[in-house]
Amino acid sequence: MSTTSKSTKRDRSALGSRLVQAAFILSLVALWYIGTTYGQISPILLPNPVRVYDELVDVLATLEFVSDLGVTLYELAIAFSISAISGVVLGYLISRSQYSIRVFEPLFAGVYSVPIILFLPLYILFFGLGPASKIALGVSTSFFPIILNTIAGFGYVERVYVLSARSMGASDYQLFRWVLLPAAFPIILTGLRIGFTVALLSILGSETIASLAGLGHRIVHLGEGMDMARMFAYIAFAVAIALILNTVTSSLEARARRR
Amino acid sequence: MEVSDVAIRVRNVSHQFGEEGSAQFVRAMLETTLDINRGELLCLIGPSGCGKSTLLNVIGGLLTPTSGQVLVGDTEVRGPLPHEIAYVFQENALFPWSTVLENVNLGMMFQGVPKVERELRARTSLAAVGLSDFANHYPGQLSGGMRQRAALARALSLETGIILMDEPFGALDEQTRMVLGEDLSVLLSRTGKTIVFVTHSLGEAVFLADRVAVFSARPGTIKEVIKIDEPHPRKPAFMTSEKFTDLRNTLFALLHEEIRKAMEQSAASDRAAGGDGNS
Repeated sequence: MSTTSKSTKRDRSALGSRLVQAAFILSLVALWYIGTTYGQISPILLPNPVRVYDELVDVLATLEFVSDLGVTLYELAIAFSISAISGVVLGYLISRSQYSIRVFEPLFAGVYSVPIILFLPLYILFFGLGPASKIALGVSTSFFPIILNTIAGFGYVERVYVLSARSMGASDYQLFRWVLLPAAFPIILTGLRIGFTVALLSILGSETIASLAGLGHRIVHLGEGMDMARMFAYIAFAVAIALILNTVTSSLEARARRR
Repeated sequence: MEVSDVAIRVRNVSHQFGEEGSAQFVRAMLETTLDINRGELLCLIGPSGCGKSTLLNVIGGLLTPTSGQVLVGDTEVRGPLPHEIAYVFQENALFPWSTVLENVNLGMMFQGVPKVERELRARTSLAAVGLSDFANHYPGQLSGGMRQRAALARALSLETGIILMDEPFGALDEQTRMVLGEDLSVLLSRTGKTIVFVTHSLGEAVFLADRVAVFSARPGTIKEVIKIDEPHPRKPAFMTSEKFTDLRNTLFALLHEEIRKAMEQSAASDRAAGGDGNS
């Protein structure tokens, strides 16, 4: 009984903080509306939210967004697949010897702290303005959190788990399948989620710098044409897509952890 | 004692960690020889870092000694012998991502028990330690004492002749420890298993053991073996008897000197190296 009343209390306070969050966002939008309707703010700098909403409806209704969204998601899918597969496989191989962990872990951690966006001009030179340079950037940002977490996951499994499995006669495969993998899994998953998020960020960002297509490209293009309301509509759309993707990956992670 | 009654023969086993002269060098065990009889419970007791756990790991095949050999039956130990020897570790050796039942099952799967038999054995061994109702709990949901019961169930399900226990109750509070000790004594008196049990606790050693082997300070070797002549299963009343106190005092006297020596040693090596080479 006491636990149920406690959990409803927690639900209620969670609901309360949700309401405050919603009120905060609504008041920002209201401020935006009042400022652009009754104030002296130029629509070139900040268009009216009602116009932005109309443009967003138009973008969605005409399905104009499909080709740009397709390009961005395609780049993201390729980049994330490459870094997820290579990061997990290489991370596992490195974790198999203490020596290679000592060599590679600090190396990757060092490279991870470098602002990789600086390599974008180089990637554009190598791979052109199309998706290939965005994929290269996405891979180089997401590879490091994935491989570092994989090394941490496999490399620091409690020794007593390995000893007890060995004492019961576990083969190499059984040790991997039933001990190392489940021990490392939650940590690898965190690496994959971080990798996914930074890949999305860097791909959208690099599209705004130099590109031929994609959501980031579309936003800059509209901004350069002074079509501010539609640009804001696309920004809102891109934010929504990013939110949805991050929510999906976080909930996948939480679900896999619960097992 | 006839030759065939010996389950484990430890012959001149020495072990050192690291190369001689290097900073990590520790001479953990020196020329240890010991016979462990079939069906007895032998406690290893000694100052910390004296090599008790090292000896246990050598017997279990988890550690290859620098010199000497261990025979289990007629086979020389060269690696884990999952069909002869099961382990109970100090704590948290259960896989936290699996339920108690899955943990027991996995052990038998590693050992190679067919699936149909695993089910039955898992149920029997969980019942033996009183955890039937907790089969589907995760280790994190159990108390420390229950986790060690589960670890014991996993070891029992392997149906080995020998169980090695490395301070299995070391992380538990005094009361839980006492109750588990009593239960263990009852449980094991029925199975006829050979048990080697490492402990820090003099009381635990006297209460559980048929014989207690006292280790000297590092490099550890067996200083003396004390016989505890009391039938199993042992009653709680044994703990308050004069015999118990006498035996405990005998052990204390043997051990006290060694603990002093060990502490002086470690203080000296701390001064020399600025760290300790605990094993």
